[in-house]
Amino acid sequence: MTLFGHAISMPALYGQLLIGLINGSFYALLSLGLAVIFGMLQIVNFAHGAFYMMGAFAAYFLLTLTGLDYWFALILSPLIIGAIGAVVERLFLKRLAGFDPLYSLLLTFGLALVFQGLFQNYFGASGMPYSIPKQLAGAWNLGFMFLPVYRGWVIVASVVVCLGTWLVIEKTKLGAYLRAATENPTMVRAFGVNVPRMVTLTYGFGVALAAFAGVLAAPIAQVRPGMGADIIAVVFAVVVIGGMGSILGSIVTGFVLGVVEGLTKVFYPEASNTVVFVIMAIVLLVRPAGLFGRA
Amino acid sequence: MAEAALQRSGDGAARLALEIRGLQAWYNESHILHGVDLDVREGEVVTLLGRNGAGKTTTLKAIMGIVGKRSGSVAFNGRELINLPIERIARLGVALCPEERAIFASLTVKENLFLPPAVAKTGAMSVDRIYALFPNLRERLSSGGGKLSGGEQQMLAIARILRTGARFLMLDEPTEGLAPVIIQQIGRTIAELKREGFTILLVEQNFRFASTLADRFFVMEHGRIVDAFASVELEGRMGFLHETLGV
Repeated sequence: MTLFGHAISMPALYGQLLIGLINGSFYALLSLGLAVIFGMLQIVNFAHGAFYMMGAFAAYFLLTLTGLDYWFALILSPLIIGAIGAVVERLFLKRLAGFDPLYSLLLTFGLALVFQGLFQNYFGASGMPYSIPKQLAGAWNLGFMFLPVYRGWVIVASVVVCLGTWLVIEKTKLGAYLRAATENPTMVRAFGVNVPRMVTLTYGFGVALAAFAGVLAAPIAQVRPGMGADIIAVVFAVVVIGGMGSILGSIVTGFVLGVVEGLTKVFYPEASNTVVFVIMAIVLLVRPAGLFGRA
Repeated sequence: MAEAALQRSGDGAARLALEIRGLQAWYNESHILHGVDLDVREGEVVTLLGRNGAGKTTTLKAIMGIVGKRSGSVAFNGRELINLPIERIARLGVALCPEERAIFASLTVKENLFLPPAVAKTGAMSVDRIYALFPNLRERLSSGGGKLSGGEQQMLAIARILRTGARFLMLDEPTEGLAPVIIQQIGRTIAELKREGFTILLVEQNFRFASTLADRFFVMEHGRIVDAFASVELEGRMGFLHETLGV
């Protein structure tokens, strides 16, 4: 099979599809967190990549300092980093509510630089190793390709967490509060709901999603201070394409763009690093509110 | 009943549900209320009259705490509200049905109806009663909140605060922009709520509508109360009201 003059091998196609799905798993988790935060706080959380990185570091510390393994980290790291996020909201972001969104953008961008700088200062730019948990080592032979078990797990975990989040927001009472407070926070307060606390917890939850993605990434990528900055540019493009604040949109767009990126590596490798941004430019021209966004 | 007896003062008047003294309110830099004095007795329907911009809506919002800044005193069942945040005031049993109705478009009718949490263990209207009052709502439970007609939105906005157990209702222009037949239905509903002992503070431009429901009237002008009278005194005030309100 050839395309654009490249010979396409089927194993390469499957391989890149898999890599695309894995990248898409991270894009979806991260852009979902951004969308949840943006919907409730109207804040573009530039610190998201830093929290992702800190989630991975938290897993590393839990293992090296306390001996708690990957499975504990998967739960504890989002809780710890989410709590740090909640503190950041209470201490800083809360004070910027009602101001031009540019201020919170600058603040979170600054926080990202501070966090990343601190970790770089203490741990250097190179990575710390974090090994794949033994239960998820090895690979499955699918007949047409080998699927490393851990990679399959990442996709499943991301899909489950994304769909779970979507279900909670769309189908539960808690989600109804969130949606209502996104629309008209004052009115929800006038019904007796503590919306300021909800805002803090929502930010903490969005940050926890980033930390969860960070733990998932730890055994694949190395745990290093720059890991968040590397992925976050693409994730912001994903959010713009999907439409700011659209929950389902951010999930679907995350996975689809991961796959598109992977396929581009097969069919036209030269464009693989830019394809997401080209799509973003086109979407911005044709549908500025994003594919799933409400204009 | 001893409790009921305690609630009566010496002159036989019912206990005050709401007592407002010298209430001032601001939105950003604009000073809207300049010292409002107003009281509502338990079980009463009190109507605030006044031209557009007189401060009627702001008075309701200031009671609820939804203004930039406020000062003075707002006592609800003897409890001072002036320094409480919005959600705490709501939890004490104060409910607002705002002028814009504020139905959530991203929620279904059912989700809208069941959104406000219960604020009291007793006094809430049962869902069956609510459906009996507003039969249209039952048929539209699964519709999106944004798909309702103006009348249905108004009914939903009233219905959802009846479910919570709040006994003090503030209704801001509930008839605005509605067809006469719907206005009648809302009027019957308010009369029924009054019979059931709800205390209601009503803001209404539709003077004829209000005159059939209210026990007492307060007239606002430029952020102050300029007159207060009982409904039996209404006839004698018509000249003054025509002048002040242009009705």
